[in-house]
Amino acid sequence: MVLAGLWDIKQSSIFNVASPQADKIGAVGNGFLVAATGMFLLVAVLTVYICRRYRARAGGPEPAQTSGNRKLEIMMVGVPLLMVTFFFFWSLKTMSAVLPPRPANRTPDVIITGHQYWWQADYPANRISTANEIHLPVGRKLLVALRAADVIHDWWVPALGAKMDMIPGTENYLWITITRPGTYLGGCSEFCGQEHAWMRIRVIAQEPKDYEQWLVSQAAIDKLPADSLTTKGAGLFMHASCSSCHSIRGTAAVGTDGPDLSHFAGRRTMLTGIQKVSKQNIYLWLLDPQKVKPGAHMPKFIFGRDSLLALTAYLSSLK
Amino acid sequence: MSRLEHIRIPEPEKPLPGLTISSDQGLIQWLSSVDHKQIGIMYLWLSVLFILVGGIEILLVRIQLAVPNNHFLNPEVFNQLFTMHGTTMIFFVLAPAIFGFATYFVPLMIGANDMAFPRMNAFSFWCTLFGGLLLYFSYLAGGAPDAGWFNYAPLNQFSYSSSPGIDYYCSGLLLAGIGTVSASVNFIVTIFRLRVDGMGLKQMPVFVWMILINSFLILAAFPSLNAALVMLLLDRELHAHFFNPGNGGSALLWQHLFWLFGHPEVYILILPVFGIFSEVFPVFSRKPIFGYGFVVASGVAIALLAFGVWVHHMFATGLGNTVNNFFAASSLLIGVPTGVKIFNWLATMYGGSIRFSVAMLFAIAFLVEFTIGGLTGISFAIVPIDWQLTDTYYVVAHLHYVFIGGSLFGLISGIFYWYPKISGRMLSEKMGRWFFWLFVIGFNLTFLVQHALGAMGMPRRVYTYPDLPGWGILNMISSLGGGLMGIAVCLLVYMLFTSRKTGQIAGSDPWDANTLEWTTTSPPPLKNFNLVIPVRSTRPFRDWKRPDDTDWAREGVNNE
Repeated sequence: MVLAGLWDIKQSSIFNVASPQADKIGAVGNGFLVAATGMFLLVAVLTVYICRRYRARAGGPEPAQTSGNRKLEIMMVGVPLLMVTFFFFWSLKTMSAVLPPRPANRTPDVIITGHQYWWQADYPANRISTANEIHLPVGRKLLVALRAADVIHDWWVPALGAKMDMIPGTENYLWITITRPGTYLGGCSEFCGQEHAWMRIRVIAQEPKDYEQWLVSQAAIDKLPADSLTTKGAGLFMHASCSSCHSIRGTAAVGTDGPDLSHFAGRRTMLTGIQKVSKQNIYLWLLDPQKVKPGAHMPKFIFGRDSLLALTAYLSSLK
Repeated sequence: MSRLEHIRIPEPEKPLPGLTISSDQGLIQWLSSVDHKQIGIMYLWLSVLFILVGGIEILLVRIQLAVPNNHFLNPEVFNQLFTMHGTTMIFFVLAPAIFGFATYFVPLMIGANDMAFPRMNAFSFWCTLFGGLLLYFSYLAGGAPDAGWFNYAPLNQFSYSSSPGIDYYCSGLLLAGIGTVSASVNFIVTIFRLRVDGMGLKQMPVFVWMILINSFLILAAFPSLNAALVMLLLDRELHAHFFNPGNGGSALLWQHLFWLFGHPEVYILILPVFGIFSEVFPVFSRKPIFGYGFVVASGVAIALLAFGVWVHHMFATGLGNTVNNFFAASSLLIGVPTGVKIFNWLATMYGGSIRFSVAMLFAIAFLVEFTIGGLTGISFAIVPIDWQLTDTYYVVAHLHYVFIGGSLFGLISGIFYWYPKISGRMLSEKMGRWFFWLFVIGFNLTFLVQHALGAMGMPRRVYTYPDLPGWGILNMISSLGGGLMGIAVCLLVYMLFTSRKTGQIAGSDPWDANTLEWTTTSPPPLKNFNLVIPVRSTRPFRDWKRPDDTDWAREGVNNE
């Protein structure tokens, strides 16, 4: 478990990439790092050398008053100019490989919409919708469409390559090919309001057959245990205000303002990455949302303890 | 010694009202002053006041970020603090400090007795001060602005930020902007009209050149900001919808207008500092600036290119590869004249006789720190790298290496260089060295690690973060470095206060300097000059002190 956890986390940086897109970006990055280090060392060594060599000495003569050297000046401009030209063409090549134009007739494999402060993921071919934990298959070149529901958000999973803003009123896209299964972490990278910090991303990359299985399980309707608490919770969810913002597949809850809660308890984290899904966390969240995630748009409902326990039981049964 | 010539000293055509009021420097005299030296000093104190305020704001932010999952500040307060920190440091610390030095020293360096429009000079200062106060009044009026210093739409709209903070942001920056634009007009006219006889454009000190170029940059860049601010006020107060996509507006329009101002603004905050360094390096190396023509011409090139690079702040907004490529090319191009200046200053030191005063120490440290900031800047012009690293802590590190390692180091160097002239007393070199090491070490502790944090996936502007490996320890180091910088700044402010009375008497020319401001007394009398030495090169005072080895004779330049 501990090892699996570490593996998870290693995959949140640009150094541990899992897609050819991120790999190509990494190559330019490394090339630049080498050139930049060289340039930096040149300046640093010259600075130190000149400071040591030409320290003023008491009674020393006035130094020669040279005020320029045409040849040296041309070199000072020419060499950096050649270097940036080289990187410009490398950049061009990488850009067209990472972000080629989008064919007009291709439907995106997944549409991700940024909301204050959560992610909506729609899979048009399978007509399913989920939130925050985004399952994707490995080995396929996926077209990911990016939208925003309110303000500007930004999709960034470093291991999978480029980030891209989600801008209300337009649709952006990215190509993502994932090379190995695993959990990849990321986060919203455009400041989007109070809970910008807690718009973490979890991409769960699966082998195609596991992914297909996941799609089937998401399309299914939850079978609820028939105990009285869960039934009461389901009733409350539909008749209190919950269902006007949240959807649960196969029920009367079809709201779209908040995250889709179908199979909610099958996810590992809740509230876009703040905490693990557990009965206690669900209970505390329902008790006072602003205490757990200040600024979230979930209102505080004045539920009694019984109702809270019933709702908690219902939500944690949505596997 | 060559003879002292009687030359006409340029002055404003109307008699100066300041000259009729007693010069006892009481409060009323400061408030009513139109003397460029007093206004310059007030600009500088304004900057000191706001660096303390902006510094406290960011120390609170760094305490919150010192450990993961911290609850020291709630997100609402945190967002107001980082927004105010950025806005304050850029508009009310760096800009006024630059204007302070320019207002004080441009007339002195060109041999004039005041700015061309002394009353407008005072007007510019008071606009800046009241702009800052208006911005800070938001705290009392219901909440400070909370959408970041670049205040992206539609987060800046009333429906997402309903406290009046952003309205104060707009009005405060508009007011300060009026001051900035009028000051620029004043500098341009002063520099073109009031130079002492003999000082052609080719004999102007580099600092004066940079202020001239900078003033044109401001005149061209600020209209875009001011237009955007007015449009945003209309959106918020009168329900217009320039930036509201829900009503047919455009969220990206704000970014275009803001960065069309915002990127030139970066150069507005660095070019004058290049001017300061171009005074400091020659004086403390006892050599002329290497490649005067190149340094000035590259300043002009930067100013022109500055208006064609703004989209590099928007490479991740999906404008398409064609647009991105154009702006990548222009951004890479502008890096060249900016970076090559480093070699000009190195070549100035080469073969010289270097005195390691505190002013020079900051100039030398700048060479190394600004190279880091410049190189990370180039990495953002390489679009694929930008796609990974923009809007992360790597950007935070980059911009602070530019604004602190570049602009602020230059301003501090300027303080140590010019404080004796302004106050008549020296800043302690011994305490100055303490300050230098504290500040430089603190600065690198704070920001060097942030490059790594960005690459490890930490987005900027988050009020807290999950406990991922490495994030906690690097943030802790960064916060400790911030504390060290805080202590260093307090030491500097203490020195600035106490040295006015207790510092060693400076005399008129403590550094054996080159330019005209050092020919008058320290501090200069209300009327700067009765006599000005002849000007035939960029180093008239050195020519005068060493008539056997003048620049104009050596270079065969003689304007007479």
